[in-house]
This record gives sequence, structure tokens and C-alpha cells, in this order.
Amino acid sequence: MSLAALFFYLFAGVAVASAFMVIASRNPVHSVLFLILTFVNASGLFILIGAEYLAMLLVVVYVGAVAVLFLFVVMMLDVDFVELRQGFLQYLPVGGLVGFIFLAELVLVVGSWSFGQGVTGAVVAPAPGVSNAVQIGRVLYTDYVYFFQAAGLVLLVAMIGAIVLTLRHKENVKRQSIPVQNARTKAMAIDVVKVPSGKGL
Amino acid sequence: MAIGLPHYLTVAAILFTLGTLGIFLNRKNVIVILMSVELILLAVNINLVAFSVFLGNIVGQVFALFVLTVAAAEAAIGLAILVVFFRNRGSIAVEDINTMKG
Repeated sequence: MSLAALFFYLFAGVAVASAFMVIASRNPVHSVLFLILTFVNASGLFILIGAEYLAMLLVVVYVGAVAVLFLFVVMMLDVDFVELRQGFLQYLPVGGLVGFIFLAELVLVVGSWSFGQGVTGAVVAPAPGVSNAVQIGRVLYTDYVYFFQAAGLVLLVAMIGAIVLTLRHKENVKRQSIPVQNARTKAMAIDVVKVPSGKGL
Repeated sequence: MAIGLPHYLTVAAILFTLGTLGIFLNRKNVIVILMSVELILLAVNINLVAFSVFLGNIVGQVFALFVLTVAAAEAAIGLAILVVFFRNRGSIAVEDINTMKG
């Protein structure tokens, strides 16, 4: 067995095992950590296959951002996760049956995949001797530039949406108001009081 | 036996099945459902990249990039909705969410 095959089975095995632990572990924090392990191993698979740019992107976006987001939410919400686990065994027979049939069908379909004769004619062949990121950039910024802009728009909408959804104004919190500060005059700020002698206020 | 396209497709199929199974089994816990959706999208990405490499067509990787973008946006919005829902109801059980109808 060659070294590449060895690493393929290592990455694939760990990815599948940790993906199983994502759905099977009792503690959601463990689920998130196994999700991170799955993504790291999928990124290893991508490196093995020669898609280095997407592998690095997977680590940065998923492990660096999405998984940490999950971790924050899981740890911030005070949820009784034991109660949410109920029904796991109840759904296991039907779910397992459906999953097994689905997996068997998928593996039967894709397990012996080979390309037809005319398929490789209409592809954008990667230029030899050019790195993966440069190849993606050459296609992404020319043929797919509108899709690229649309992806940026999707991220912008997601960012604004997340902020709008979770922002809340609490009562009794003192905030700075620039217009009110600027509109302040001497008459509003100072109140001259005539104090009678010997009486006090 | 050399590692070819069917190996990668099989790994993606197993990950996809595990993702759907996660939605079946953890149907009370929205957080695990969201993680299962991430697993499904990861399986799709593996498929796209494997086909891209073995066909010699770089466009598949560009499309995987867009899938990655949508997955990140979906996770952010989903978790934001989850936080708001937890603030209002004090629970994230899926059965409680049907009060939103109408």
C-alpha cells in the first residue's frame, strides 16, 4: 500500500468516525469538537487530492469561524441537553434502517463510477505548473466574477441579519447621544439660584 | 489498489448519510441538527472537489467555494435565530417552535 493510500484511509477513517461521534455524543460541546476533527480531516483529504486552497479555506472558515461560533452558542445557552436527548433510541431503528438503505444505494451508485467517453471534452483544464490557488483565482475573478460578488452579498446579508436578530436595547443603560450633547446651551446647563442669606436651599 | 474517484465518493456518501441520520436521531436538538447540515454540506464539497480533480476541471472547486460561503452564512443566521429563540422561550426544543405558525 502506498503512502498516499495509507493517508487516505487514515483521513477518511478519522473523518467518518468523528462524524459519527458528532451525531452520537451526549454532550454538544463534544459534538462541536468532533465536528472540528471532521473538518480538519476533510481538509487533509483535500490536500491529498491536490486542492490545497480549499483545504486551507476549510480550516480557516470552518474550524476558525463556524465551529467556534457553534462552540460559543453551545456554551452560552443554558440548555438542559439531557432532556433533548430523549427519543434518540426511539428513532434509532427507523432512522438506522433509512440511513442504511440510503448509504447502500449511494455506495452502489458511486462505488463504481467512471467517466464516459465524451465527458472530458468540455472542461476548463488546469494549466500545468500553476498552483491551485492561482488556477482558482484565474477562473473565479474572470468567468465567475458576478457569482463572486453575489457570494459577498450573501455574506453581507448574513452578517447584517445576524446582528439585527440578536441586537437588543436594554432599558436603564446610559448611552452617549451626540446630538443632545451638541444642542446643549449655557441656559440649559447652568441654573443660577439665588440663595437667601442664612437659610440654605 | 490506487485511490481513485470512487473512494472519495464513498467517503462523501458516508458523511452525507451520517448527516441525514443526525437529523433523524437528534430531532429535538437544533444545535446538533445545524451541525448535521454542516456535515451534509461538507460531503457535497468533497464530491465537488473530487469530481473537479479527477475531471481536470477547476470550476468544481470554484463551486465548492460558493457552497462554503453559503454554509458559513447559513450557520451564522441559524445560530442567531437560535439565540433569539432561546431568549424568548428559554428552551431550544424543536417541538416548541411550532408556536410560530400563523
